Amino acid sequence: MTAETITLSADATIHPRWVRVCHWINALAILVMIGSGWQIYNASPLFGFTFPRSVTLGGWLAGALLWHFAAMWVLVINGVVYVTLGILTGRFRRKLLPIRPSEVMADVKAALTFKLAHDDLSHYNAVQKLLYSGVILAGVVIVLSGLSIWKPVQFQELTALFGGYDTARYVHFFAMAAIVGFLIVHVALALIVPRSLRAMVTGR
Amino acid sequence: MRQRRIIPGVDPKLLIKDAARLMPDASRRSFLRGAASLGALTFLTGCDIIDGDTAEGVLRKVSEFNDGAQAAIFRRTKLAPTYPESAITRPFPFNGFYDEDDAPEVNGETYKLEVAGLVDNKKPWTLKELYTLPEVSQITRHICVEGWSAIGSWQGTPLSEFLQRVGADTRAKYVWFKCAEGYTNTIDMPTALHPQTQMTFKFANQILPRSYGFPMKIRIPTKLGFKNPKYVVAMEVTNTDKGGYWEDKGYNWFSGL
Repeated sequence: MTAETITLSADATIHPRWVRVCHWINALAILVMIGSGWQIYNASPLFGFTFPRSVTLGGWLAGALLWHFAAMWVLVINGVVYVTLGILTGRFRRKLLPIRPSEVMADVKAALTFKLAHDDLSHYNAVQKLLYSGVILAGVVIVLSGLSIWKPVQFQELTALFGGYDTARYVHFFAMAAIVGFLIVHVALALIVPRSLRAMVTGR
Repeated sequence: MRQRRIIPGVDPKLLIKDAARLMPDASRRSFLRGAASLGALTFLTGCDIIDGDTAEGVLRKVSEFNDGAQAAIFRRTKLAPTYPESAITRPFPFNGFYDEDDAPEVNGETYKLEVAGLVDNKKPWTLKELYTLPEVSQITRHICVEGWSAIGSWQGTPLSEFLQRVGADTRAKYVWFKCAEGYTNTIDMPTALHPQTQMTFKFANQILPRSYGFPMKIRIPTKLGFKNPKYVVAMEVTNTDKGGYWEDKGYNWFSGL
């Protein structure tokens, strides 16, 4: 029995304090990164569309870059703390693993027919495990691809790993798209199951 | 001519227009003020707790911190990747805060490069004299602050070599450049001494055309495009940061790659 399961049974904490603190710092940082990132994208769009000014941050390219390169420190430092604690406390292993394809299929089916149970918020279903693991991975990819776009000379080995500067921009974009996709589902579900939102604030 | 598509999917004329359009007001030093820029943050926090001046002050401080962080990771021995001739982007895009037709026309016959500041020899250099300097070549990637990139071929003399010739005090902090159209730029000395930082006189082995900065461009493959001044008419070795055209408008000062 690990320390956390003892705590769990003692006061039924769903999310320990460090998870909640990291979660909300990350939420703010990621929104600033996305809003400013969209404005930066608009300066030289990769595809045939731009983001409406009303949802971008920074006013123009220079302002957006200032926001982006300020919030990146918050995102990265907070992210490193979160991942480190997630590994060291065993929370990732306990909550997110294993992910079995058969269980994912079954839970996707249950979710689509609105039969997926949410009785125990401390236990993640297979779809949640997949999405939470996936978004952590997308977070790692977005930081590394961002670093390779920011410093394609000093960190050129990393840039090469992403297929060069121009390709790294696409990787960075698609990682953003994955995170935004996650966010839409994540926020929608939190609103559908308000208890889960409360748990991320109060811990219970 | 200007309507040609220079890099796939990017209209050169639009790029130039973009730079002007993206900037709300050319004369405005305060780049964040206004509801448009803070709207999203107000939305985030649900209330207007961060006013423009506070946010701008904090962001400027972080940007200065980022200058330091970039200087710290800069290695003078780390060379920008080079490419084969087949990789050169043709035609190479024109970039400026003005239209290509409005690019300065410098008279090569009367041109003189002014050398000022912490140097032993302040004698101005004619183009003929500059052309006698040893020539090196590089095919590197030009990366714009807007995100797009293009590979070009530049020939000229290493700036470090020139600084040595004029007896520059390389312990000084900065090298400042002034351009024919009034554009200015300041770079840090370590970057000025980087082996690929070049006083460029040729593009693809041809004398620089007007659109690429005739008669002289400073090619710095370790910095964003706007830190690569064209039409350079004066340089000064100095311990005072005199800023630059875009830096003063809010772009990060170091802007290293």
